[in-house]
Amino acid sequence: MMSVTAMPTTNRSPVLQLNGIRKSFNLGEANETEVLHGIDLTLFPGEFCAVIGPSGSGKSTFLNTIGLLDRPTAGHLRINGVDTTDLNNAQLTDLRGHSIGFVFQYHHLLSAFTALENVVMPMFGDAGLMDEHMQVRGSALLDKVGLTPWLHAKAGHLSGGQQQRVAVARALAMQPTLILADEPTGNLDSKSADSVFELLREVCRDHHTAVLFVTHNPLLSARCDRTIQVVDGLVLA
Amino acid sequence: MKLSAWQPFEWVVAIRFLQEGKVQTTFILIGIAIGVAVIVFMSALLSGMQSNFVNRVLTGQAHVQVFNPKETVRSLYHLDGGQFDWSTRQVPMQRLKSIDQWQYLLRQLNDMPEIKVVSPSVTGSALVVRGETSRAVTVTGVLPEVYFKVISLPDKTVLGQAQINSESILIGTELALDLGLAVGDKLRLSAANGRQLLLTVTGIFDFGNKGANSRYTFIAFRNAQNLFDLAGGVTVIDLVMHDVYQAEIKSREITMLTGLQADSWIKTNEQFFTAVKAQTTANTAIRFFVALSVGFGIASVLVVSVVQRSREIGILRAMGITRGQVLRVFLLQGGLLGLGGSLLGSGIGATALYLWQHYMRNADGSVMFMLSFDRALLLQAMLLATLTGLLSAYAPALRAAKMDPVLAIKG
Repeated sequence: MMSVTAMPTTNRSPVLQLNGIRKSFNLGEANETEVLHGIDLTLFPGEFCAVIGPSGSGKSTFLNTIGLLDRPTAGHLRINGVDTTDLNNAQLTDLRGHSIGFVFQYHHLLSAFTALENVVMPMFGDAGLMDEHMQVRGSALLDKVGLTPWLHAKAGHLSGGQQQRVAVARALAMQPTLILADEPTGNLDSKSADSVFELLREVCRDHHTAVLFVTHNPLLSARCDRTIQVVDGLVLA
Repeated sequence: MKLSAWQPFEWVVAIRFLQEGKVQTTFILIGIAIGVAVIVFMSALLSGMQSNFVNRVLTGQAHVQVFNPKETVRSLYHLDGGQFDWSTRQVPMQRLKSIDQWQYLLRQLNDMPEIKVVSPSVTGSALVVRGETSRAVTVTGVLPEVYFKVISLPDKTVLGQAQINSESILIGTELALDLGLAVGDKLRLSAANGRQLLLTVTGIFDFGNKGANSRYTFIAFRNAQNLFDLAGGVTVIDLVMHDVYQAEIKSREITMLTGLQADSWIKTNEQFFTAVKAQTTANTAIRFFVALSVGFGIASVLVVSVVQRSREIGILRAMGITRGQVLRVFLLQGGLLGLGGSLLGSGIGATALYLWQHYMRNADGSVMFMLSFDRALLLQAMLLATLTGLLSAYAPALRAAKMDPVLAIKG
């Protein structure tokens, strides 16, 4: 079992701790496949970490497990010191909603809503009812990503780069301590990709948010604080 | 639609999803609306037909009639052997006789709160003789002040006046034609016991029924008592109920209480009620199948919507939206489709009823029968459609709520 433990950059508690994380599919069946083979990883606030590796190496499963979208088969996963092993689905959903922000390759904005509405959606869903502070915060986040003129534009009317910026703003809405970005620049031209990357770096720096940034682009991964490589379900330094 | 403070999350998302799928939403709304319109129109039509028939029946008949039971021959019982005498028995002739203690009974009936009008009368058969022509008729001797509350003869009188005194008789239009009688003409009533009365026609009525118009005649109460040799007697007591549909229950109660025969209008029109029952069953079946098709329509649209929106559902779940919230978003869509469709359908149904009223006329140009747009029916249809929407949305909503966010995001 290979493991990588990041050197702490600050004295603060880790945002993410993985101890011996394993993930198998078709558990107990003849075609059982173990995708993650026991991963240890610690991530501290403000760390910007690139995740690289070939297709099919288990990067997405790795990210989904960290993002509490998938449960590990074995091992312990702690988010902000909370051991997720014994949490039920509702508790996992709550922890995910409040601690983790997602940015996906295909942005996945809600096409029926405007840029601002997409950004406030996590806060709106959490509170159940809309309040003015959410809209103020949503506007500020969109301003931060340079989309103030497009606040009320429908998501579908924005360019790919703009949509990904909205997705970044949405990921920040709940002030998460960890952002999981799964190839967020994969579908963008180099200029937009650079802009989104810089945006995430800025967020990481300004808010001390830890970022796991999956990319195939060696130029971008070279600009990260750390790089971890996922190969055949193992994490290599 | 802007996000306002009072709008719950599920409501906003459900509305937006429906708005975004405009074509789907419009088609399913039209489908539901047609279904609801059919239910509204059919129900109003059937209830209109039924109440129209009830009204027609009850304008020419009492709700309950109380009279002596038919005379029967009792079997002889041998005290020694305990055996019945099985010898052949002849069915006796039914003599006209007065209800025993009828005045006491009248008071009893008047004290019953469910009964609105109690009217004693003397009814028997006689021959109407005019010149060389005669006709067999049913003669009813009535007290006009109460009997007119049972059957409104003044409203049915088409010639002359519904005036009943010791020298007058009211006859039907058919009898008048058969005997060539007009208001003011005299006729002779001859009973089987040989008694006769010479009376003047003061009014000619039309019951809307050829048989009734040729058979029924009305004379003064005391005249009938004399004609049928029933001095101080009464053969029938007519009752009017506050609730016409309580007539059968009340008639059974009266029979048990008095030993007299009491026939309700429900019993005497049994065939009509069989038809009503068949109509109601057919209507229920139509409602059921329409609701079923509406339900499947809503479910199929939402199933497609769940598949189409799987990525969005996945991302909502990833950002912390609970399974319950996703479930409610889709349930709400089903409920809203049902409610919206039923509102539209009620409008279409109301228009169809208006057009029916306006264009479907009797040969004489009068309204075929009045149809009412019952608010309760409207509410019932809306409730049914909304519930159907919610129920049919449940399976797709559950599917959406249980969706694995990882698979959903992958699409």
